[in-house]
Amino acid sequence: MSEWWTYRPSDFLLFSAETYRRLFELYNRDVWPLHLVAIVAGLAIVMLAARRTGGRIVAAILAAAWLWVAWAFHLERYATIQIAARWFAAAFALEALLLVWIGVVRDGLRTGSAIRPVQRLGLALFGFALLLQPLIVPLLGRGWTSVEVFGLAPDPTAVATLGVVLFAGTRIRWSLLVVPVLWCAVSGTTLWAMREPDALVAPIAAAIALVLAIWRSRSSARS
Amino acid sequence: MRPTPYVDRAGAGEVTRRGFLKSAGVVAAASALLPFEALPSPTVMARPIPSTGELLPVIGLGSWITFNVGEDRAARDRCARVVGAFFESGGTLIDSSPMYGSAQSVIGDALARIRDARPFAADKVWIAGGSRGPAQIDESRGLWRIERFDLLQVHNLLSWEEHLPTLFAMKKEGRLRYVGITTSHGRRHGELESIMRREPLDFVQLTYNPVDRDVEERLLPTARDRGIAVIANRPFQTGVLLDRLERHPLPGLARELDADSWAQLVLKFIVSHPVITCAIPATSVVAHARENVAAARGTLPDAAMRRRIAEYIERL
Repeated sequence: MSEWWTYRPSDFLLFSAETYRRLFELYNRDVWPLHLVAIVAGLAIVMLAARRTGGRIVAAILAAAWLWVAWAFHLERYATIQIAARWFAAAFALEALLLVWIGVVRDGLRTGSAIRPVQRLGLALFGFALLLQPLIVPLLGRGWTSVEVFGLAPDPTAVATLGVVLFAGTRIRWSLLVVPVLWCAVSGTTLWAMREPDALVAPIAAAIALVLAIWRSRSSARS
Repeated sequence: MRPTPYVDRAGAGEVTRRGFLKSAGVVAAASALLPFEALPSPTVMARPIPSTGELLPVIGLGSWITFNVGEDRAARDRCARVVGAFFESGGTLIDSSPMYGSAQSVIGDALARIRDARPFAADKVWIAGGSRGPAQIDESRGLWRIERFDLLQVHNLLSWEEHLPTLFAMKKEGRLRYVGITTSHGRRHGELESIMRREPLDFVQLTYNPVDRDVEERLLPTARDRGIAVIANRPFQTGVLLDRLERHPLPGLARELDADSWAQLVLKFIVSHPVITCAIPATSVVAHARENVAAARGTLPDAAMRRRIAEYIERL
């Protein structure tokens, strides 16, 4: 790509903000009432985290969420307007595989008895993705029909996973952070190009997660 | 100032028929299920394509972003109404690309719903590797649901050395009428000029509007010298230019040009350049489609007025 320095994110935009929001509206209409299942699954993660148990179950729930989003959102719907959606689906499927391998097979998200403050912040980030992030779209005056929910939409699923990786396990599983952080950057760039007011939500969440991950790693190294 | 010479594209008989049908309420804009009549509107300015002399209305229809609506039925219906209004107003050239997501499919859907639709079908080949071009072109044709394209362009110069021979071969075989190449955002102008000087192109597509005027220095003169038709893309900078202009009142000079909006003033500026054959604004709004084509009627600015328009916009 010659003259690459002259390109801006808007040059890669393929659809309007209205089309993007309408995609979620039609998606939500098609998959309802799976939203209730997703919220219950999210609350189950919170409960297991509070009891510091069920690391494998948490990983399995997250893996299922990433696989669902890869297929139901990226391949079946986003691909109708975004030519890169198949690559996004592949990345989401990869994250699901990593969660299965690290979290389910190797029990890598099993939480120890001692919980550091930074881990509680990770749980708070998960709570944000589960309960507050879906409120952003209605608060911006776009109604509830295009709301984005953990387990069904890519942004809250990515942010929620960042929260779990911060909270769970005896150390930071850096390989589980790569895809969620990259997705938050891609999504934020897309929304920024469309001049959407919530463009910075996912990138800021990812930046906070990275800072907290580094903090937790250093705290673990010192102890 | 003198109006730019134009050519009527419809005779009095068709005008009378259109008027009758419209008054009878047959030309329906509301229902997505009723087919439109592709009735040309009278007095739409047209320019000759240099290589053949064929007349082309100076306002076409782009499809980047606006027609990439996926499988949203309501949005596809709206796009079909836009295409119908475009034809009804006198436009013919529709431009798309495989890069534009579902836009080609949406265009095909619209054309299937419009009786006697006869677009000037302009599409692009956008794939690395010349051997993959023919298959992509066939796929595009299928999505448009047409027998053949009028114009195929190498999109953003991608693998142009390999695709141009394919397109020229198709033209020789009668499977294509015109061959072109595109760029946008002011990129790779040096390379484009070189290609224009070497290759027997019928069309080039490039970015041109009152604030993006680099092409006036070399590319437009080259097109004139080589007898190449020019399509102007990004007339509104994907809406950014209009958003900026519409914060200000329309200047008085717009009245002299029969321009009722900034969009019409900008389009008149673009197509008043003697080397520009057609501009391709994109829209998903029926009223805007009509408004855009309406810029191809009435008066166009001469050189002095063009300078005034450019200076006025620069000062905003």
